Amino acid sequence: MSDVARVSPRPPSRRGRHRRHAGGLLLQAALVAVVAGLIGAAGYNAAQNLAKANIAHGFGFWNNTAGFDISQTLIAYSSSTSTFGRAFWVGLLNTLLVAGIGIVLATVLGFVIGIARLSRNWLVARLAGGYVEVIRNIPLLLQILFWYNAVLKALPEIRGSIALPFGGYLNNRGLFLPKPVFAPDFDAVVIAFGAGIAVAIALWLWATRQQERTGRQIPVLWPALAVIVGLPFIVFVVAGKPLSFGIPDIGRFNIRGGLEILPEFAALLFALTVYTAAFIAEVVRAGVLAVPHGQVEAAQALGLRGGTVLRLVVIPQAMRVIVPPLTSQYLNLTKNSSLAVAIGYPDLVQVFAGSVLNITGQAVEVIAITMAVYLSISLVTSLLMNLYGRTTALVER
Amino acid sequence: MKRLATAFAIATVLAFGIQAASAQTLKAVKDRGELLCGANGQLAGFGMPDPQGNWTGFDVDFCRAIAAAIFNDPTKVKFVPLTASNRFTALQSGEVDVLSRNTTWTMSRDTQLGIDFAAVNYFDGQGFMVHKALKVASALELNDASVCVQQGTTTELNLADYFRSNHMSLKPVTFATLDEALKAYDSSRCDAFTTDSSGLYGSRLLLASPSDNIVLPEIISKEPLSPAVRQGDDTWEDIVRWTHYAMVNAEELGVNKANVDDQKNSTNPEIRRLLGVEGQFGESLGLTNDWAVRIIKAVGNYGESFERNVGQGSPLKITRGLNALWTKGGLQYGLPIR
Repeated sequence: MSDVARVSPRPPSRRGRHRRHAGGLLLQAALVAVVAGLIGAAGYNAAQNLAKANIAHGFGFWNNTAGFDISQTLIAYSSSTSTFGRAFWVGLLNTLLVAGIGIVLATVLGFVIGIARLSRNWLVARLAGGYVEVIRNIPLLLQILFWYNAVLKALPEIRGSIALPFGGYLNNRGLFLPKPVFAPDFDAVVIAFGAGIAVAIALWLWATRQQERTGRQIPVLWPALAVIVGLPFIVFVVAGKPLSFGIPDIGRFNIRGGLEILPEFAALLFALTVYTAAFIAEVVRAGVLAVPHGQVEAAQALGLRGGTVLRLVVIPQAMRVIVPPLTSQYLNLTKNSSLAVAIGYPDLVQVFAGSVLNITGQAVEVIAITMAVYLSISLVTSLLMNLYGRTTALVER
Repeated sequence: MKRLATAFAIATVLAFGIQAASAQTLKAVKDRGELLCGANGQLAGFGMPDPQGNWTGFDVDFCRAIAAAIFNDPTKVKFVPLTASNRFTALQSGEVDVLSRNTTWTMSRDTQLGIDFAAVNYFDGQGFMVHKALKVASALELNDASVCVQQGTTTELNLADYFRSNHMSLKPVTFATLDEALKAYDSSRCDAFTTDSSGLYGSRLLLASPSDNIVLPEIISKEPLSPAVRQGDDTWEDIVRWTHYAMVNAEELGVNKANVDDQKNSTNPEIRRLLGVEGQFGESLGLTNDWAVRIIKAVGNYGESFERNVGQGSPLKITRGLNALWTKGGLQYGLPIR
């Protein structure tokens, strides 16, 4: 009888629990202190050794004049007045540009190829499979060099530029497009564009509510497009067409005026997109295959057709599996953009860890900054993707 | 990537390593049994392996001269090909003992990198090469032109300065190695190619059709090329410095590869001091007294090395110009060995 009362174990005393908790905290604090101490000692030791070897150290070089030119600058930069710090920002913006556009294009292409590989059409599936197998297995550096040397160098020289409609030129120095010149009144057009998008979203939300309530599907695509394009266009015409174009023209050596897209940028972008899309295709395929077939059967039992099943039932559930490896591919693309060094595209590594490092000779500081920047970009990308991933997670009670 | 790896290696060593006593380069070279020489690897006439893998060139000869002075064997050298981006970190980290890689002696490099320059063994200047079809006669006509240039060199900086001071606009295309810059120029990605004038003649030979390219007459900068060593090891620096001056003095005194043995019997006191018949100059460097004899037997005197690698005895056919002896109107002046 009294044995029953002794069956359940005694709950641990509150003081014991506190002691274990405090012990764990103390251990973690000690570990953090040791790691911080190691990093501090390493930094101090490095500074001492550099000073002993008479190698300049410290971050004073940041404000010194750079003295070299950069071929693509998204912000104002001049070799005579800009500092090494400014060169750093130019390089960083170039990296973010190619990485940003690359991520968007690679995702689109990757999704298309991934879903194509699951197609019931034998030829489409095999072509997509072939693409993935070939592209995945060739090193990225070779692909970049291929795009740059085989494709872009095959374009004609300046004298024989391919003339594009609307006054553009295509040659082995780049793609030259008419450069839009915005008059001050153009702000109104931009606001109208924003308003158009807001109206389109409102329209879409209203149509969805109507469908939930009455079951009637209201076609919303064409009216939305009409608003997004039409509203700014009307404002544009009314404001007296506040947009002109700087037409590129062939000078003695190069094409002057116009918007210039460097072949280095294009080669890097194409190579990164094609390469990463092959990996994203496999990630997407894995995600789609992870959705239980019962979902597809249930959707078909409800009378939904192929495309709609994919769009409304399969992909939203597949996203849960796709998002974490997709994040890795985005990070890979961002870091792979540093291969720009091989073809002369002025990204962060080429400008900062290349030119600036060699001119100042301060390898330790420059490489540390470059690594910190790539780490930050990667952490921010992961953070954003994890936030998005939470929206696709399964909600459990 | 190799550059980043080297830089990361230095960072680790600097972070956790104790700086080894640096005055021991000669001892380390002797113990190792060979000299580690930082060379170019892509510059015809200065430092490039031939199709059989044997290194030849003006800078290569200099390293062979140092090896001959130490080991009496000019083949005891290991050449480490370095790009403009990683040459200084390789020297700073101890990967090479001497950097003989057509490197310009500038104040910032002398003061901020922890290296010292030994002696100017080639007075050079920067120039331009353009396609003949562009019908350009002078560098001042290059407004708005695209120019291929190697990254991380004084060339890059001088190019920007020159265009700025002449109010011309520049479109630079920078590459990590000279090879890539040259390839891009050859495929008409750029209108002009710029590097040191000596490099232009050498690089022109590597183009698809060399005669379709001309070198413009303007020399837009001073480029005194000098071998470099780490700071803090005075003995080693002296060895490198006096190797050069031994070669220049030999040419001034008429001592060459063919007659060096006979010249040991000369009555000229300067020749006797140079060749070690009188005086202990070799031992003051930590070498043997016949150090200069070894050098001249291995690579010849300055003029012989020049003519064989970049002068009339080579495809480059560069004239002595500024690199003639001071007695012939040039700048090569042998400091007295006494």
